[in-house]
Amino acid sequence: MPGISKKKILSYVVNLAIVLLLYVVISTLISRRIINSYYSDIINMMLINIILAVSLNLVTGLLGQLVLGHAGFMLVGAYAAALFTLNVKLPLTVSFPIALIIGGLAAALSGLIIGVPALRLRGDYLAIITLGFGEIIRVIANNLTITNGAKGLYGIESLNSRHNLTGMFTYIFFIAVFVIFLNFTFGTSRHGRAVIAIREDEIAAEASGINTTYYKLLAFILAAFIAGVAGGLYAHQIGLIDPSKFDFNRSTEILVMVVLGGMGSITGSIISAGVLTILPEALRGFSNYRMLLYSIVLICVMLFRPTGLLGRSEFSLMGTIEKIRNAVGGKKKKTAAKKEG
Amino acid sequence: MSVLETKNLGIAFGGLQALQDVHFSIEEGEIVGLIGPNGAGKTTVFNLLTDVYIPTEGVIELDGKNIVGKKTYQITQNGIARTFQNIRLFKDISVIDNVKIAMNYQMKYSTLSGIFRLPSYWKEEKAVTDRAHELLKVFRLDEHADDLAKNLPYGQQRKLEIARALAANPRVLLLDEPAAGMNPTETRELMETISLIRDKFKVAILLIEHDMNFVMGICEHIVVLDYGRIIAEGSAEEVRNNPKVIAAYLGGE
Amino acid sequence: MEFLSQVINGLGIGSIYALVALGYSMVYGIVQLINFAHGDIIMVGAYAVFVILVMMNLPLWLAVLGSILFCGIAGVVIERVAYHRLLVHDAPRISLLITAIGVSIFLQNLYQLLFGSDPKSMPKMFTFAPLQLGGIQLTSSTIINISVSVVMMAGLQLLVSKMKIGKAMRATSEDAGAAKLMGINTNTTIAFTFGIGSALAAVGAVLYCNTYPQIKPVMGGLLGLKAFVAAVLGGIGSIPGAMLGGYLLGVAESMTNAYISSNLTDAVVFGILIIVLLVKPTGLLGKNTREKV
Repeated sequence: MPGISKKKILSYVVNLAIVLLLYVVISTLISRRIINSYYSDIINMMLINIILAVSLNLVTGLLGQLVLGHAGFMLVGAYAAALFTLNVKLPLTVSFPIALIIGGLAAALSGLIIGVPALRLRGDYLAIITLGFGEIIRVIANNLTITNGAKGLYGIESLNSRHNLTGMFTYIFFIAVFVIFLNFTFGTSRHGRAVIAIREDEIAAEASGINTTYYKLLAFILAAFIAGVAGGLYAHQIGLIDPSKFDFNRSTEILVMVVLGGMGSITGSIISAGVLTILPEALRGFSNYRMLLYSIVLICVMLFRPTGLLGRSEFSLMGTIEKIRNAVGGKKKKTAAKKEG
Repeated sequence: MSVLETKNLGIAFGGLQALQDVHFSIEEGEIVGLIGPNGAGKTTVFNLLTDVYIPTEGVIELDGKNIVGKKTYQITQNGIARTFQNIRLFKDISVIDNVKIAMNYQMKYSTLSGIFRLPSYWKEEKAVTDRAHELLKVFRLDEHADDLAKNLPYGQQRKLEIARALAANPRVLLLDEPAAGMNPTETRELMETISLIRDKFKVAILLIEHDMNFVMGICEHIVVLDYGRIIAEGSAEEVRNNPKVIAAYLGGE
Repeated sequence: MEFLSQVINGLGIGSIYALVALGYSMVYGIVQLINFAHGDIIMVGAYAVFVILVMMNLPLWLAVLGSILFCGIAGVVIERVAYHRLLVHDAPRISLLITAIGVSIFLQNLYQLLFGSDPKSMPKMFTFAPLQLGGIQLTSSTIINISVSVVMMAGLQLLVSKMKIGKAMRATSEDAGAAKLMGINTNTTIAFTFGIGSALAAVGAVLYCNTYPQIKPVMGGLLGLKAFVAAVLGGIGSIPGAMLGGYLLGVAESMTNAYISSNLTDAVVFGILIIVLLVKPTGLLGKNTREKV
C-alpha cells in the first residue's frame, strides 16, 4: 500500500497483540473466578467510563468545546437499547449488538437535533445550552410512559450468566479498544485535523476552506453516538436504569475525567477514567469522607496541574520503546566515546 | 481578463458608511496594493471579499461570477485565500498540519476511510504530505515542519500564514499587512518571496501594507482608499504624484 | 385573578433566583467563570441561619447578619484558596470550571458530614398576616422577597456605578490588564466581587428559609443551576439582566406549576433558556460583542 511505512505496520501489529493478550489474560482470570464478579463488574464499569470519557474527548479535547450534557446522550442510548432488548423476542446474543447500534443511532440523532441549533453558540454558552438539553432529556424520560417515568426500566438482561462470566466483559472490552483506536485515527485524519483547526481558531479555519458547521456537527454526533453505545452497555451491565442516573452530576463526572487526564490527551482520559472508577470503590471503607477526599484531590490537581495530568501528550508504546532504546543506545555511544577519548 | 472585480461595493455599520462605491479589479497574476491612512477601510475590503462582513451594496465577481452571499469557506474553496493582520495560525499544532488543513477540501477520502485507515487514506495523506513539504520548502520552513506553529519566530509565522493560504490553491491571494513588524532585511526577503509566489503559483495578489517602499517596489497597480472611498488608483508613479493622495496622507486640503 | 396571583407568586420565588443570579453574573463578568459552587453558598448561608437561630437560639437579626457575614467571608476564602492561583497564572478556563465543580462537591459533602444528609426544618422567620390587594392575596414571604430583591438590586447598581470599588469592578471586567495598568488592584477587586456575590447569596438564603420550611446539604445544586440559568437568560454580566432573568424564571415556574404540570417545570425552565439563547445568544439584556477580524 502506498504511504504506509513498515514502522506503522509494526506498531499496529504490536498494539493489537498487546490488546489481545490483555483480553485473554483478564477474561481467563474472570472465567476461572480468580477475579470475582464484584471486581469484574468494576472492570466493566471502568471500561464504560473510559468509553464515555474518550467520546467526550472528541468534543472537548479535539473540538475544544465544553459540553455539560453528555449524560443526556448516554441516557438516550441506554433507554433505546434497553427498550429494544426488553421488547424484542430474540435471544440476547442476537438482540444485544443490534440494541447497541440502535442506542448509538438514537443518541446520534439527538446529537443532531441538539447540535444544529446549539453549535451556533460558542464557549460557555454552548456549555450552558448542552446542560439545558441534558436536563430536558432527563425530565422527558421522567415523564414518558414508555420510559416508565421516574421508576425507570428494570429486568434488563445481562449477557453474563453462570456459564458465561465474560459475556459483558468481551463486548465492553472490545468496544472500548475500538473507541480508543477510533479517537486516535479520527484525530489524525483530515476530518480530525479540520476539527482541531476549529479549536485553534475558528475564523482562520473557515478562511482555510473548512466548513466549520459541518465539522463541528460531525465531532458532536460522533461523540453522541459513542456515548449512546456506552449507555446501551451500561444499561445491560447494571440491569436497571432510571433518569436520575443520567443527571447533571453524571455529566460533570465524565467531564472531570477528561479534564483531569489532560484535555485532548486520550491516554490521559483513559487513566483518569480508570482511576476515578476504582478510587471510590477502594475508599468504600471511608464512605463518609470519600466524596470529600475526591473533591479535594480534584481541586488540588487543577491548582497544581491546570492542564490536567498529561496535558496534551499521549503515551505510545512504540514511542516509549524508541525512547528507551535511544536512551540505552545513547549511553552506549557515550561510553564508547569515553573509551575512545 | 480580470480575475477579481468589485462593483459599487459598500457597507454600512449602523449609520456609519464604512465603504462606499468601491470599484476595482485585479488581473490574473497581478500584484495590487491597497493603501490608505488608518481607518480608511482596507481590512474591511478584505472582510467583504471573504464574507466576514456581508456588503450592504454592490457585487464581487470572481472569474465573472458573483460571490456575494457565499460562505467564507466556500469563497476560499472558490479561489480567494487570505492572511490576517494579527496572525491567526493554528498555534498548538505542527507547522505542516497548519498547511494540510488548508488542503482539506481538496482531499476526498471519507470519515470512515480515515477511521479505518483504508487505502484511500494512506494514498491521499501521502500525496498531501508531499505537497505540504514542497510548499514549506518555498518558504524555507521545511526543516520546521514538525515544530508547533507557536514556536516559530514572528517572521516565520507570517510566512507560514502565507503558505497556509497558498495551500488552499487560490486564484487570488489577499495579504493583510504581510510586512508588519518585520525588519528591513526580512521585508526585502518577503518582497522576493511574494514575486516568486506570483510566478510559481500563478496567483494574483492583493495586499494591504503601510510600508510604502514595499508597496511601491512590488505592486504593479495601487488602489488608494480614504474614508471608505477610492480616491486614486494607478501605477506607483501616478499614485505618488496624485495631490489627493498626498493630502490624504499629510492631512489638510 | 388566579393568573395575576400566580404571577406575583412567581415574582416572589423569582426574587430568590434573582439574588443568586446577581452573584453568578458578577463573578462571570469579572473572571469569566461559571462558578458552580455559587449555588452551594446559598446552602452555606441557610445553614448559618439554622445554626445561629435554632441551634444557638440567638435572635433573628443576628442570624441574618451572621449568615451574610459568614457567606461573604466564605466567598473570599474560596476565591483565595481555590481560584486565585489559577486566575493569577491565567490557567485554561476549563480548569477553573472543574475547580468550581470541585468546590461545589466539597461544600455539599462537608455539610453532609457536619449536619447529616437529612433535611432540617426551619422555623417561621418573618411573618405577618397576608395582605389583600383587590382580590389578590399577597403572602408575607412574597412581599418580603420582592421588596428585598428590589432594594438589593438598587443598592448593587449604586455600588457599581457610584462607588470606587464598583468602578474598579467594572474596569476589571472590561479589561483586567488595562485596569491593572491604571493602578487598580485587580486581585482585591476580584476577591471583593466574590465576597459581595456570596453575601447576596446569603440574602437569597435568608429569603429561601423564610419561604420554604426545609433545608438540606444538596439544596444548592438545582437552585444554583436555575439561578445561573436566570443570569444567562437576562444577559450575563448585567445587573438588571440578572434580576429580569430571575423574575422571568420564577414566573415561568409558577405558571408551569399552575397550568401545565409541576413535573415539567425544569424542562420549561431550560426550554426557555435554549430559545432565548438561540434568538439572542448573549441573553435578553446582554451586550453583543463580535470578534474583530
